Amino acid sequence: MTAWQLSVFAENRPGRLEAITGVLARAGVNIRAIKISDLGEHGVVKLLVNDPDAALQALTAAGILASKRPVLAVAVEDKPGGLHAVLTVLTRRGINVEDAYGFARDRRAILVIEVPDLAAAAEPLRSAGLQPLAEEELYRL
Amino acid sequence: MNRPRHPVYWDPEIETLPRERLRALQEQRLRRTLAAAARSPIYRRLFEEAGVAVEAIRGLEDLGRLPLTTKDHLRQGYPFGFLAVSCEETVRLHSSSGTTGRATVVLHSARDLEAWAERMARCMYMTGARSSDVFQNMTGYGMFTGGLGFHYGSERLGMLTVPAGPGNSRRQVQFMQDFGTTVIHAIPSYAFRLLAVLEEMGIDPRRDLDLKTAYLGAEPYSEETRRRVERELGVRVFNSYGLSEMAGPGVAFECPEQNGMHIWEDAFLVEVLDPKTLTPVAEGEEGELVLTTLDREAMPLIRYRTRDLTALLPGPCPCGRTHRRIDRIKGRSDDMFIVKGVNVFPIQVETLLMGMPEVGRDYRIVLDREGDLDVMTVEVEVRREMFQGDVKSLKALREKILAALKSEILFTPRVQLVEPGSLPRTEGKAVRVLDRRRGS
Repeated sequence: MTAWQLSVFAENRPGRLEAITGVLARAGVNIRAIKISDLGEHGVVKLLVNDPDAALQALTAAGILASKRPVLAVAVEDKPGGLHAVLTVLTRRGINVEDAYGFARDRRAILVIEVPDLAAAAEPLRSAGLQPLAEEELYRL
Repeated sequence: MNRPRHPVYWDPEIETLPRERLRALQEQRLRRTLAAAARSPIYRRLFEEAGVAVEAIRGLEDLGRLPLTTKDHLRQGYPFGFLAVSCEETVRLHSSSGTTGRATVVLHSARDLEAWAERMARCMYMTGARSSDVFQNMTGYGMFTGGLGFHYGSERLGMLTVPAGPGNSRRQVQFMQDFGTTVIHAIPSYAFRLLAVLEEMGIDPRRDLDLKTAYLGAEPYSEETRRRVERELGVRVFNSYGLSEMAGPGVAFECPEQNGMHIWEDAFLVEVLDPKTLTPVAEGEEGELVLTTLDREAMPLIRYRTRDLTALLPGPCPCGRTHRRIDRIKGRSDDMFIVKGVNVFPIQVETLLMGMPEVGRDYRIVLDREGDLDVMTVEVEVRREMFQGDVKSLKALREKILAALKSEILFTPRVQLVEPGSLPRTEGKAVRVLDRRRGS
């Protein structure tokens, strides 16, 4: 149920993002989605990749500060209201979404969400028929 | 090295000499030192200008009548103006880099070097180093006095001495593994560098190396930095104090109590003065350390202003040594900078940062001027293990550092979190303050 996102600490200056993508390219890691959370002089680059362990290893070996962070990835139909359905479920349970991003693939929209308590969010989604993707399923996309 | 050693003291008689006998020894040596100093061209002039006849100085109570010696005097005396013996009797010269002015030199006779080596052996023996130890000296040799001072002291003590010098950290680690190094000497910023390299190499020093003791000195550093190096390297860290004008290291050193550094009063006369009024401060109060050599032939120095800020710690030390202790050096009076009218010492910032587990090993203070305003930015490395990949904890860390700094220095600086290893490092002393305000 849990998917792993790579979070990379990066200073906000030219070349930092390129250094990250360069390491991943050389390691043969494919990036599914990317999101940058900017904090001013520095930020966190969030990456969904096909092989998080290989990516983490390559980044760490290159001296880049990175860690794996559990997130929920939910697949919905790629049509108006798809995302809204997911958020409605979470809002009803009073669950705060700390960050979210998404991408579309094969007529499906994949929504990646960061919440404080993954299990507490996964359970109502599942009951609403919105099954979070299994790890392997997500990386295989 | 076959005579039996006292189990605790290298030089039991001198180290535990009762205070009144220590004072008598100091006064006798002071008179001898003054007579020698008066033979040097510079002191002849300085004593004359101050209207002091050295024969009239009998005891410590007369000390205040003697003129102070400054770095500037040393420059005026460059290179041989302070010599109290003939050039022929000198065997070693050390010169300061002269980055902040004209260079200075310190000259030694064979007996001076001998006494220095003895003092260094005394320092290291005090911390538990014995002839069975393997000592790896990771500081610069050459003009930097830290390297040669520890080197001769270690050989005098009988340790197997590895003159590794600074840098080439992977090879340093290889030496440690191959030779079973137990004792090291480094400047604090290099100790951090070494930790980073050990991490890269996947070596846990606590498990994989035989290290037990580290001597750190030459740069002021905080108690928090000491604890951190002790924890991560799995050693006991002892603070070392010296300055090239006083030969180098071996002026004051920590005993196993790790509570202040014993300043060797058989070799140095200690005063702590208010840097403005130049009058003595009370025991326990902070001031500028002023030293007089008591045991130096070639180049005696009288009431030399070290610019280092410290305090004499009151009371006797449980270790049994009678020589008084000075507190960790707070900084050189020249290190202090003024931002928005507030006096700030880099060590204040360091103490705060190194006490936070989320903070990495490096930091830098950058001073800028924006319009008419001074802006202080503290760049702080994030600790690798603490990064959980979320934005919230980074924000929280920055807030925490901001709040702590604000309550310490009473204005709000900027705090910038940076990637580990991204701050500029040098093989030499760390550059902690970058002042870009000039010329703006």
